[in-house]
Amino acid sequence: MRNFVELDNVDLRYGEEGDGTLALQNASMRVDDGEFVAVVGPSGCGKSTLMKVVTGLWPATRGGVIVSGREVDRPLSITGMAFQNPTLLPWRTTLDNVMLPLEIVQPHASKLKRERASYEAKARDLLALVGLSGFENKFPWQLSGGMQQRASICRALVHEPALLMLDEPFGALDMFTREELWLALQDLWLARKPTVILVTHDLREAVFLADRILVMSARPGRIVAERTVELARPRSLDMTYEPYAVGLIHELRDHISAARGIT
Amino acid sequence: MSEIAVPTITASRRRRSFSRNKVFRRLLPWLVIAAMFLFWEALVIGFRIEPFVLPAPSAVFAAAWQWHWLILENSWQTFMTTFIGFLFAIAFGLASGVAIGSSSLLYEGFYPALVGFNTIPKVAVVPILVIWFGIGTVPAIITAFLLSFFPILVNVATGIATVEPELQDVLRALGASRWQVIKKVGLPRSLPYFFASLKVAITVAFVGSIVAETVAGNKGIGNLMLVASSRFEVPLAFAGLLMTSVMGIAMYAVASAIEHRMTGWAMRSGQAISVQA
Repeated sequence: MRNFVELDNVDLRYGEEGDGTLALQNASMRVDDGEFVAVVGPSGCGKSTLMKVVTGLWPATRGGVIVSGREVDRPLSITGMAFQNPTLLPWRTTLDNVMLPLEIVQPHASKLKRERASYEAKARDLLALVGLSGFENKFPWQLSGGMQQRASICRALVHEPALLMLDEPFGALDMFTREELWLALQDLWLARKPTVILVTHDLREAVFLADRILVMSARPGRIVAERTVELARPRSLDMTYEPYAVGLIHELRDHISAARGIT
Repeated sequence: MSEIAVPTITASRRRRSFSRNKVFRRLLPWLVIAAMFLFWEALVIGFRIEPFVLPAPSAVFAAAWQWHWLILENSWQTFMTTFIGFLFAIAFGLASGVAIGSSSLLYEGFYPALVGFNTIPKVAVVPILVIWFGIGTVPAIITAFLLSFFPILVNVATGIATVEPELQDVLRALGASRWQVIKKVGLPRSLPYFFASLKVAITVAFVGSIVAETVAGNKGIGNLMLVASSRFEVPLAFAGLLMTSVMGIAMYAVASAIEHRMTGWAMRSGQAISVQA
């Protein structure tokens, strides 16, 4: 399969005069089309920065970023993003929040007016898939944190992006809600197979969801290790407690401990 | 059984006392106003204050009735100049607030100058306006505008400039243009700020109109009060004062009602329905 995302020796330094923090140094990675990749690493290692570089929200200071065969020099419109906070717009209902990307991303934006009903049905289906039927017309403050996060994931998916960027989307949730959403996310991914890059600090989450796990070093971040997860799909939560997964988690932990030891 | 009976009794009792409470709360502002008038009346009678120093409310109301056409005519003039100035302030304040709030370049460039401009006492500007536009309606409109556009501008600019970067990222990650980000996030987010500023702006617009009418007017409540006090018709001056406060309160109420309709999402306290997953 061809490389969908390609980072070549990317540096990123914050600050306009080049005197800010060096967040990434010589970061290189490749992600195949339709692959689910998790990025783990010690806190503050530049995982979120990596996301911003891939999506073009921050231009790389040095090095090449290629997504879908094109050099990234501005924010991409083929991505869907979900963050640690749900970041729903408080003045919109859940349904309107989920439909937001359709108002911006082409070709949906120009078709939205004529085909509103079919788009709306699609958004409702998506909400139903994550268990939010009946909450379409509620405002974000009427939903619990977990429900808001689900809506935010629907928003990231509604325009069928080829690349889904998830920046610790379940980080602020309790374990039960988190596991529930892992399953929902796995179903969504199996149904459509978008390319996914998931940033997380939860190793069990990475093992459960990803095809491949990349380990980042402490700041300035770069990829120091890489492991393929040999677990059949669809996966069950129990699999993460089996010896293979536990061994993998231990190995990743050692990598991260080593990475933290560098600084 | 008693476990069921007890809550129903307390519930109905609570409901009854709550409704009484609600009526009482609605009446409370009027009761306060009435009490103030009574106190004022008692003060004037008790201390035998001369009517040309402080007329009793009864005398003020009598004067208001006696001169009601005169007062209404001048009130209309004041209301009209205030309202026109206010509308200009909304248009200008909104447009420049969006521009300054969404561009850090404009913000840094213009903001200090605007703050400097705002510290000029507007009374001092009125004589200059008279030189340019003569006496009458135009200086009053301009003064109302000058006083009221600044709070609108500052609030709209603040609302747009303080949009959470995360919300902006949501849109930018979709490839949204700058204008789309302003339209979808900046404007809706600044609406509560905008409406809050309207309540301030409408009251200071009245101040502007009346100041201009007092300094350089031939019509309006400000002018009426000036003429009345120079003729020692103090009750009439007070009646004019009362009228301006009635107009101010009415406009404030209108702005506040629109605010509640448009930005219900921002003031949800009391009616929040919390749902658990």
